[in-house]
Amino acid sequence: MEKFVRNVDAFSKAVGHCFGWTVLVLTAGTCYEVFRRYVLNDPTDWAFDMSYMFYGTLFLMAGAYTLSANGHVRGDFIYRSWKPQTQAKVDLALYFLFYFPGILALVFSGLSYGLESWRIGEVSVNSPVGVPVWPLKMVIPFAGVTMLLQGMAEVCRCLLTIRDKQWPARADDIVELEVALQEQFGNKKEGAAS
Amino acid sequence: MSDPAIALMMLGLFIVFIFLGFPIAFTLMAMGIMFGVYAYYDPAHSLLENKIFYLFTQNTFSIMNNDVLISIPLFLFMGYIIERANILDRLFLSLQVNLRHIPGSMAVAALITCTLFATATGIVGAVVTLMGLLALPAMLKAGYDEKLATGVIAAGGTLGILIPPSIMLIVYAATAGVSVVKLYAAAMIPGITLAGLYLVYVIVRVVINPKLAPKPKDVDQIGIFQSLYLLVTAFLPLALLILTVLGSILFGLATPSEAAAMGALGGVILAIVYRAFSWQRLREAVFLTSKTTAMVCWLFVGSWTFSSIFSYLGGESVIKEFVLGMDLSTVQFLLLTQAIIFILGWPLEWSEIIIIFVPIFLPMLEHFKVDPLLFGVLIAVNLQTSFLTPPMAMSAYYLKGVAPPHVALWTIFKGCFPFLGLVFVTLGLIYYDDSMVTWLPDLLYNVENVETVRPVNPGDGSMMDPSFLGGGSSSK
Repeated sequence: MEKFVRNVDAFSKAVGHCFGWTVLVLTAGTCYEVFRRYVLNDPTDWAFDMSYMFYGTLFLMAGAYTLSANGHVRGDFIYRSWKPQTQAKVDLALYFLFYFPGILALVFSGLSYGLESWRIGEVSVNSPVGVPVWPLKMVIPFAGVTMLLQGMAEVCRCLLTIRDKQWPARADDIVELEVALQEQFGNKKEGAAS
Repeated sequence: MSDPAIALMMLGLFIVFIFLGFPIAFTLMAMGIMFGVYAYYDPAHSLLENKIFYLFTQNTFSIMNNDVLISIPLFLFMGYIIERANILDRLFLSLQVNLRHIPGSMAVAALITCTLFATATGIVGAVVTLMGLLALPAMLKAGYDEKLATGVIAAGGTLGILIPPSIMLIVYAATAGVSVVKLYAAAMIPGITLAGLYLVYVIVRVVINPKLAPKPKDVDQIGIFQSLYLLVTAFLPLALLILTVLGSILFGLATPSEAAAMGALGGVILAIVYRAFSWQRLREAVFLTSKTTAMVCWLFVGSWTFSSIFSYLGGESVIKEFVLGMDLSTVQFLLLTQAIIFILGWPLEWSEIIIIFVPIFLPMLEHFKVDPLLFGVLIAVNLQTSFLTPPMAMSAYYLKGVAPPHVALWTIFKGCFPFLGLVFVTLGLIYYDDSMVTWLPDLLYNVENVETVRPVNPGDGSMMDPSFLGGGSSSK
């Protein structure tokens, strides 16, 4: 089970990191559009479609990565004070009650949504170039599958916690500067809000 | 049970579930779908053919091609790059040297550094932590009062979510369906006013009681050219970068996402010039951007579906009728809503408050003739308190985490209180005269002036598809 969790974590992280680089493409493409418009006086006809396609793909595909890093925002000011086993039990129940139904809906209805778009050859209305829309729509079920996988890993993590009475350590990853600094220089006693 | 009663139950259950600590994006998503199955229940179809599933996917897609939210990853990326550009210590040093003849010079320098850096990065925690490591020990060593020194850092760093270009304002604009550009213009003067009040407060306190901030002794040897050099190399580039990004948005030269992309590029250049650019730091910025973008935008995916079902079941109108039935005046309505948001700010973070709770109030604004821009700015100012008051008080906790052990948490809270007071003063000023909020947007955008006509571009981030209003679905 530990191995499964580790592998899925690594997978989600790799996917998240991989799609993270699209922000560079997004930045470069947008800057290029500005350059074309103001310097060459010849705006592109693809920049807008490009920007939202990369943005949409970026955030949807990074969802599992954020989950693996426990980065989705929780209303946790009571939760934080519980014992790890209690946290894990509540999480476990809620993964089945809340998480999987929503994600399954995302996978299956996302798939038919994307296939429909592909079948009718839907193109973007934002420019005359006719950028196809279905690849972006097909991202929904793909992201859903990665979320599903990561959700299973989270369930295993909860089970491990109930068994071991403490949360298994998460793999090392890049953390926010403040978190890193707090760990490096912080006085451990009080601890900081996570 | 009637549909509106079910909707109220949905909201009530959701509030209970928030406190179970499950990631809110998924709670919202699941509750939207479950109640949606009920709302769209049609005996002629099987459960899996329920319309809610299509609606849910449609809503998800409308977040993916939302032209307001595009600027979120770009601004985050810009922030993370600047955060890693080794800028902060130079900035603090240059201001400290140049302001050395002003009373409480280090506190003033710390305040300006925090404000500027938080404005550029929009990341509150990092500013407060970095300054807690850099400026706090320096100030304490110089014999500054603990309360003053900590309060300045916590309050100054928190300004990052208020002064444009802030992520919080983008999120509000997307939620309320208002123009980001106008909202930025609207938030400028209140943001600068609050920062100015902080500054005046610090100087006045120190003038009245110089013991709070003894004059440093050893900086007088620095020559004028040396201090000017510091100013030009450290303060000017960042200030120019912020001004360019903001200016190009406000004067309509670029959409917010374009300005953010250019800002990120500027940040990279700045980092290269400061010899702080490395492959590792770029990787960090990229990965953190993807993590934080996913956090914010998945919250939207959940809330869009939740709120469209909530209003489809009639929950929105029930609450609206209830509030209208209370027969409030506009001022009473604003006071009530701001008090609710102030209280929500204790246990919750700004993202949850804006994406989930603010939409409940939005439909009532028209009745009370409240400009959504004004409402947004009031919330942004108000949420400053959320970072400074317990139990969340993120700024105070971050500062405590890195402060020398003898600085008690309670001292930091006490240090924040005067600044909290100034937040309320600013709120009061806005209530008293809302032209603080409306003056700049009116000046820039309501005048028939060729200069301010924005280039026609489908990527115009200031406009939203009208169907997004009211939570994504117009299926009613």
